[in-house]
This record gives sequence, C-alpha cells and structure tokens, in this order.
Amino acid sequence: MIRILSILVGLFFTVAVAWSLLLGAINFEIPHTVEHEFHKPPKELRLASDGAFGKFDRQQVQRGFQVYKEVCAACHSLRLVAFRDLAALGYNEAEVKAIAAGFQVPGLDPNTGEANTRPGTPTDYFPKPFANDIAARAANNNAIPPDLSLMAKARHDGAAYVYSLLTGYQDAPANLPEANRPGEGLHYNPYFANLNLAMAPPLNEGQITYSDGTKSSVDQMSKDVAAFLVWTAEPKLEKRHQTGWPVLLFLLFATVLGFLATQQIWADKKKKKK
Amino acid sequence: MSFPWANEYKPSHPFMQWMDERLPVPRLVYNAVGAGYPVPRNLNYWWNFGFMALICLTIQIVTGIVLAMHYAANAGIAFDSVEHIMRDVNWGWLMRYVHANGASAFFVVIYIHIFRGFYYGSYKAPREMVWLLGVVIFLLMMATAFMGYVLPWGQMSFWGAKVITGLFGAIPLVGEPLQQWLLGGFAPGNAALNRFFSLHYLLPFVIVGVVVLHIWALHTPGSNNPTGVPVKSESDTVPFYPYFIAKDGWTVGAFLFVLAALTFFAPNLLGHPDNYIPANPMATPAHIVPEWYFWPFYAILRAFTQNFLFFDAKLLGVLAMFGSILIWFFLPWLDKSPVRSATYRPLYRKFFWVLMVAMAVLFYCGGKPAEEPYVVMSQLATLYYFAHFLIIVPIVSSIERPDPLPYSITEAVLDEDEGAALSPAQ
Repeated sequence: MIRILSILVGLFFTVAVAWSLLLGAINFEIPHTVEHEFHKPPKELRLASDGAFGKFDRQQVQRGFQVYKEVCAACHSLRLVAFRDLAALGYNEAEVKAIAAGFQVPGLDPNTGEANTRPGTPTDYFPKPFANDIAARAANNNAIPPDLSLMAKARHDGAAYVYSLLTGYQDAPANLPEANRPGEGLHYNPYFANLNLAMAPPLNEGQITYSDGTKSSVDQMSKDVAAFLVWTAEPKLEKRHQTGWPVLLFLLFATVLGFLATQQIWADKKKKKK
Repeated sequence: MSFPWANEYKPSHPFMQWMDERLPVPRLVYNAVGAGYPVPRNLNYWWNFGFMALICLTIQIVTGIVLAMHYAANAGIAFDSVEHIMRDVNWGWLMRYVHANGASAFFVVIYIHIFRGFYYGSYKAPREMVWLLGVVIFLLMMATAFMGYVLPWGQMSFWGAKVITGLFGAIPLVGEPLQQWLLGGFAPGNAALNRFFSLHYLLPFVIVGVVVLHIWALHTPGSNNPTGVPVKSESDTVPFYPYFIAKDGWTVGAFLFVLAALTFFAPNLLGHPDNYIPANPMATPAHIVPEWYFWPFYAILRAFTQNFLFFDAKLLGVLAMFGSILIWFFLPWLDKSPVRSATYRPLYRKFFWVLMVAMAVLFYCGGKPAEEPYVVMSQLATLYYFAHFLIIVPIVSSIERPDPLPYSITEAVLDEDEGAALSPAQ
C-alpha cells in the first residue's frame, strides 16, 4: 500500500519536472549578455598579505593610507576604521593623534548644544564625507560612493578588483553596442560588472607625493590603496596567520599520537581472532 | 542494548559507590560510551561521523554563546556589531570564523553521516526511530543554519531571508497571512531579525535533546555494522571504551585540523562576498544564493519552471523542496529488502552511486544562476532524485537478488584478515 502511494507521488514529481524539462528544452538558449562578453576578470595582483604566510607590508599599507586620505576620502567613507586602529600600521601615539586631528568629525558645542565639527581624536572613527545619502548622490551624478572599509572582502577577489578598476579605465571598444556605451557622466571600465561606472578616473600620474619618496604612478597608487583596503577589511590577518600555524602543528601532532594510540589499542583485535 | 556479555559497572571507590546509589550518572556514561557498551568490531571509518557531528554541535554552541555576548540583533546595528566582534572583541575574529566555518563543517559531516545511512541500511528495522529522529535533527539544523545566516544582516542575509520566507506565500489560501505572521511584517525587517536570533539561540538546545533521544534509540538495539548482519556473540563486539573512544578520538583530531586550516587560512572561501555589504532592501544582488549546504534543495526548488495540472510552478518547487527531505522519513518502509548493507545488494548499490552523482549535480547547480544549462541539469538530477527514492528503491528492494551474507560479523572479520585461524570463532 505504502509502495503504491510512493510510486504515485514519485510519478507526480518526476512527470512535473519532466514537463518543465521538456518545455525548457524546446526553448533552450544559453544566455549571453553584453556584460558577459565585455566584462573582464580582475588582473593579477600580488600582495605581501597573500597566501598562508602573508603579512602586511607596512610601508605599502601606509602609502595606501596616504592615497586614501588625499584622494578617496573626499567621497568614500571608511566608517568601520577608527584612528586608533592606525597604530597597527606602525604609527606611534603622537602620529595617530596628529592624523586624527587632521580630520573634522561631528561634535556638539558644549555651551549651546548646537551640532558642529571638531578635530578628531584617536577614539573617533573616520568621518563620512557626505551628511547623508541624498547629499552623496547630489555630488556624484546620482551614485552613492560605497564605504570602503570592507571592499576587499565585499567583492570576489576584492584587492585585485580594486587594483584592476583603478587602472582599468579605457575607451569603449568600437564593437560595443550603442545601448551599452557610457552615457552622460559615466565612464567605460571593463572591470566593473555593468561596464559603465559613475566614478571618473580618480588617479593621475604624480597626483600625490609619497612621504617615502616612491614614484607615484597610477599603477603604484592603485596597488598601494588595494593593499590598504585589505588591511581595513581584515586587520587581524597577520594575527590569524600567526595563530594558525601553531594550532595546525599541535593538531597534527595530537592526531598522529592519537592514531598511534589507536593502533596500539586495536593491536590485539587485529591479530588474534577472539 | 542489553547484550548479556556487556561489562558491568562496578565502582570500586567508596565515593563512586555513594554516588551510584544516589544519582547514577557515572553508570549511565559507562553504559553509553564506556566499557559497558558493546559495539560491532568491524565498524569502518564511515561510522566515525556521528561522534564528529556531536563535536561540531559542541563547537557551534560554545562559539555561538560567546558571540551572543557581543552581537546586537537590531537591524540598525547588527552588521556593525558583527564587525565590532571581528575588530575589537578579543579573539572575536576567531569566534566568528570558527562559528561560520564550523557550520559548514557540521553539514559536511552530517551529509556523510546520512549517506552512510543510505548505503548500509542504517534506517532499517529495528533502527527506524534512530533514522526518524535523525531526519528531525537535520531539519532543525537547516532551520538553525538558515536563521543564523540572516543574523549578520548582510545583503545575502536579507535577500536569502526574503526568498525563503517568500516561499510561504506559495501556500494556497493561508500563505500570505502566514508569511506575514511569521515575519512580523511584510518583508524581513527588525521583527524578523529579532525572532530569528531568539530561535537561533533556542534550536541548538532542542537539537541537543533530539540527539540524546537519537543516541538512546541507537543504543537500544545497538549499532549497525558494514555487513548489516546483526551481532550474535561476544566475539562480534568490542567495548566502546577504549576501542572506539580511541578511533573516534584521533579522527576528531584530523577533522579539527581541516577545520583549523579552513578557519585560519581560508576563512571566507565558503562564504559569499555580498554578505560583507550591509543589507539594502532597495538593491537586489545580481544572484541570490544560500550557503553551499542548501544548494541541492535550492536547485530542486528552481527546477520546476512550468505549471503542472492545477499546481503553479512556484508551489510545485516549494512542495518538491520540502518533499525531497520529507521522503527520507518513509525510507524504512519504502525499502523492503531484508538485506541491510549495500555491500551485499549489487543492484541497489548501482542506484546508490547514481544518486550520489545526482546529488553532486544538484549541489553544483544550486550555486549557479537560474540560467541554462544549469536549469536543464537541475531538472534531470531532480527527476532522478525523486525517481530513486519513490520508484526505484521500492521496486529494486522487491525484485533484487542479494549476494550471500556472511554467517556472522566474526566470520566476516576472519575472512578479511590474512594469518587468521581457519577454524571459526567460538
């Protein structure tokens, strides 16, 4: 009885899905969008933080921070990072205080209670460049510049994506269909999923003067800011790698010991038959 | 199971005797996982995954409770509270990554544990209750994992919740009101997030309770074994302690090694980058997918693209998705073969492996966009999946000619070992 019911229920589902299969097969077409054809995967980017032995190249991350501060901070917030976190990049207490004081953060007038701004302290977080989303859109061709704190983890292959995007601006190819050409206020960039990006190329050759004297080519600045964003997204990366190796070694040791102990315990059961 | 040759608990220390007369917990432990529980001696490594699952459950509960001390279940600050855990809470990053990767590890272990059951007939009499409780545990795990993934309130958290709770709307008549009652609103929002947190904290303890029943139901008849032949005499078994404490112990070490490698060196490998973007009800992600352990069922859900009879496609997909797990409840009564283990069932074995291929296809397609060629692949795999459990297994179990079984476990073990005495065991 139960088997008859089972076969009936089984026939119901299998015929239902076969029906979908049949109608789908008649209209079978693998979709090819224009984006799919012109979009490029990220270029390869090698950073010191890559791989199981990865560590931050503090020099590079500091350069990247300089790029963020002087170029990107005009439009992109970094709201999950506090000034005190910068100490991990090798800045001493005085330097952190000075960096913080260089930013204006929201405050309250202690006498009148009016909202104003005040110089930052190490406990403050990086301030938002725009008061709210409406202001952000108004200043940026109706696009909101995304927060960059987690950008390296919020995109597939995030660091390489950032690097490719910043170095990827180019003229739209001749064979790009009319409908996909960049319109008013948009810029063609094949590393962006939708091909046309509201952000204008933000970096120019020699735009900033690195404090360590490195040549500030667009390629160099893009790599450096990508390295910085890996740190903002994953400040515990080094600690994680450092902790991981002793843990793995201990577990390997314990597992081998356990295996040998098991063999010893089972020895009499494997040889004698009683 | 009261095997007559089982070791008896005999406390020698006066304090243990005192305890035994008042609250016999040590006796319980001795009889459950100690020297007092005889286990078939021929268990292979596929039998280690139950114990491993218990380790996973423990890890999830411990890391989860610590995370709950720092997490805030309010839509405005949930995402930031998780980032606070990752950046500012001492070892918070480790708790979070262990909890997230531990959930994936839990599902790997449980799928292997379930497929072991399919192969060796663990669901057959007299272990039907073990099986039924096991399917209940699996359903509770899926609910817990689903709600847990919503808690960080990222893009995938929100949109995954939207898709899955939206399925309730497919139920005729009561669907829409039911969906709104469950969500506490028209769409996932603060009400849903708060109640998901409450239930996510609760359900693991419900799982613990069902696991206790699951193990009790197993220990009543005793464990199955790779031959499927029941235990007949003392030479068929070994006491759980020390033989399987040791064997389970070292494989737990290997399991933790893999979990640690993932957690410390590739913690976001199994996750989706979109969940590092705060939830935005105004911006739909390009592709909404759940975590990988739900992919086979997501593939089944999306395989039904056409209306059939008077069922519309969305409802068909929902019925099939839930049905695909509910049919497991009936397995002990669908599979009528008196032979338990697929080792001795050549025809059933072939279909088992086809099922494994179909599951692999469903896993793969579930993570892909709902476009060709993945839709056709899902449909073919779904077709086989339902045919397997509902049509093939009942028929095969009736008509199949199994291979001859060994007389006993001892005989099977003897046959395998070289240098063994040729005379049968006592």
